[in-house]
Amino acid sequence: MKWWMVNFMSDITHHTISLIVSHGFNALSRIVGLFSGRGFVIDTITFGDAEVPGMARVTITTHGDKRIIEQITHQLEKLVDVVSVTDLTFGPFVARELALIKVEVTMENRSEIMQVANVFRAKIIDISPKSLTIELTGGKDKVDAAISMFRPFGLREVARTGSVALSREYQGTT
Amino acid sequence: MNTQAHTETSVELTGGEILIRALLDQGVDTIFGYPGGVVLGVYDVLYKTPELRHILVRHEQGGTHAAEGYARATGKTGVVMATSGPGATNTVTGITNAFMDSIPMVVLTGQVPSTMIGNDAFQEADIIGITRPITKHSYLVKNVNELGDVIKEAFHIAESGRPGPVLIDLPKDMLFSKGIYDKNRQVRRRFDKAVPACAPSDIEAAAALIRTAKKPLLYVGGGVILGKAWDELRELAWKTNIPVATTLMGLGAFPESDRQSVGMLGMHGTWYANMAIQECDVLIAVGARFDDRVTGRTKDFSTKSKKIHIDIDPACIGKNIPIEHPLIGNVKDILPGLIAGAERKDYTEWYAQIDTWRREHPLKFSENPDEIAPQRMIKKISDITKGNAIIATDVGQHQMWAAQYYQYNHPMSWITSGGLGTMGFGFPAAMGAAVARPDRDVWCITGDGGFQMTLIELATAVYYKIPVKIAIMNNGYLGMVRQWQELFYGGRYSHSHLEPSNPDFVKLAESFGAVGLRATTLDELDDVLEKANAITDGPVVMDICVSQFHNVYPMIPPGSAVHEMVDG
Repeated sequence: MKWWMVNFMSDITHHTISLIVSHGFNALSRIVGLFSGRGFVIDTITFGDAEVPGMARVTITTHGDKRIIEQITHQLEKLVDVVSVTDLTFGPFVARELALIKVEVTMENRSEIMQVANVFRAKIIDISPKSLTIELTGGKDKVDAAISMFRPFGLREVARTGSVALSREYQGTT
Repeated sequence: MNTQAHTETSVELTGGEILIRALLDQGVDTIFGYPGGVVLGVYDVLYKTPELRHILVRHEQGGTHAAEGYARATGKTGVVMATSGPGATNTVTGITNAFMDSIPMVVLTGQVPSTMIGNDAFQEADIIGITRPITKHSYLVKNVNELGDVIKEAFHIAESGRPGPVLIDLPKDMLFSKGIYDKNRQVRRRFDKAVPACAPSDIEAAAALIRTAKKPLLYVGGGVILGKAWDELRELAWKTNIPVATTLMGLGAFPESDRQSVGMLGMHGTWYANMAIQECDVLIAVGARFDDRVTGRTKDFSTKSKKIHIDIDPACIGKNIPIEHPLIGNVKDILPGLIAGAERKDYTEWYAQIDTWRREHPLKFSENPDEIAPQRMIKKISDITKGNAIIATDVGQHQMWAAQYYQYNHPMSWITSGGLGTMGFGFPAAMGAAVARPDRDVWCITGDGGFQMTLIELATAVYYKIPVKIAIMNNGYLGMVRQWQELFYGGRYSHSHLEPSNPDFVKLAESFGAVGLRATTLDELDDVLEKANAITDGPVVMDICVSQFHNVYPMIPPGSAVHEMVDG
């Protein structure tokens, strides 16, 4: 942890940053290298096709004080492969992530686990005598909560995609 | 991807021919380079292209520094070429140096054939990966038809916004296969990173703040040199009567012979410039980045001032020091607005205060008649060149004294490694500057340590008759290391004493076919400088043996605030 993060602990906020970048390893390497080289933090990062052919959308969740978040935005904007940088946190936005959760089950608790999955509107996508694989979509908090609920049964494996996010179009009338 | 139709200006050429043609079309007249297996395709074209001058260096690091010296003496982009693997990795220090000091440079590296990349082929190195954090951008050319566009884009990126190095990696097969080149084809503007023009209201607000100031100070950095905005800067200073301090990188932006100049600020800046920074009420930073060597302990930096910061890089605003009035853009575009809104004020009291500091703590040094004080050496070089030479330096004590005691009156005359602090930078950079500016005297002020890192370029300078005057401030130590060991490590001079193992620099110079001169007394020094100054047909090495234990003062000790500086 960097010294300035200790000093400014109380001011730390979480941010979701959306980038449009040219599709390729160079862009992704430069983005990740910028974070590691300057001591910024990546909580999650996703990379995939954007609406324009040849372009990718990268969604990064990060945290830091105001100065760090500003630096992240400005430094990203300087990369040649980066076409646009939007800090979604400054407006309303929707964010989701997908998680696959493989839980250990017994004959006795299988139905209980499936009930918990139902509460989270999760789907069972694989089943075996000793395990269930659950597919869950939602915000980070919901996924965290679901994983906490499954943990006591025995988590075998967890795979999370990290957030993908877009700004919210319609913000109501008032 | 490339399916452009043939036009009147498009021609089919080999990749090597496209490369050279595109460089010429970019206005390149000189490249520094070193051949090797995979770039022979380019060298074969160079053989038939006398209009593009190639300077054969002796080491690729020297080549990159020379390209940087060329860029800094002309304002044009420096170009360097190296082969794959070790050739490419030898450019890394020079690229980093250019990146830290925002110098436009295009680095051409060979690469193993594209079909062999990733196979650990002979002389293969992932130079794109190695240089990613130290370049503005980089290209691996995978389609010879795109090569012409890549060259154009690379120069545009290197020169636009905050300048910097761009690397182009050229697999061997790309240089042999044939492709289409069209010099008139437009570059895709997706790569335009131009920042929006600064709002006139913001400039006026800053001008209004300056008008209310009682104790304003201009803090002028290398951005004024890079942006070629010294005329505007001088106009602003002279119109408003505001005192001017320059950073290490900004030396020459404002004439130091002018009454308004307070010289250099920062870790080894003048006492009065540093006190003025701490006491001013409006600080106008122009093309400067609040480097830690300027701010000292940031929380106590210039606490009484409101700050205006003009910079082309938005990421530089508020990075180290909070700013009240950021003005983002090219200094050359923004300064006219400030000039228009500026008024001449009476700063008699402020200048009286500065003069008091200047009187109480002038730049000073002790000397005795039996030895050459290192500061005296610089003053004598300043005198003999009348402050008109291009000065290139390495890093350390000699660099700081060269910054303090040479009187800089002209922009693009000071070539030093500011950000990275690269030993071995000075001599090859001076060589590049001398190649670029045969109309000017070029001096390299270096140390006995730094010179030895890249002295092999003497062979280059002798062969091409490059008239660099190399003044070695020979104190037998890694001077700045020794100074820190004296001040902060109890005088334990661990591995900083070079004298027992130093070569005879005069004989060394002579073995290369250069002129070698030595001065150990003040009389000899005058004689040596006179002789060196008269030599214009090749390099001259001056071994100037100075007293060993002088320290650079004033000094802001590391971790201290600017006003806690120590005077010797």
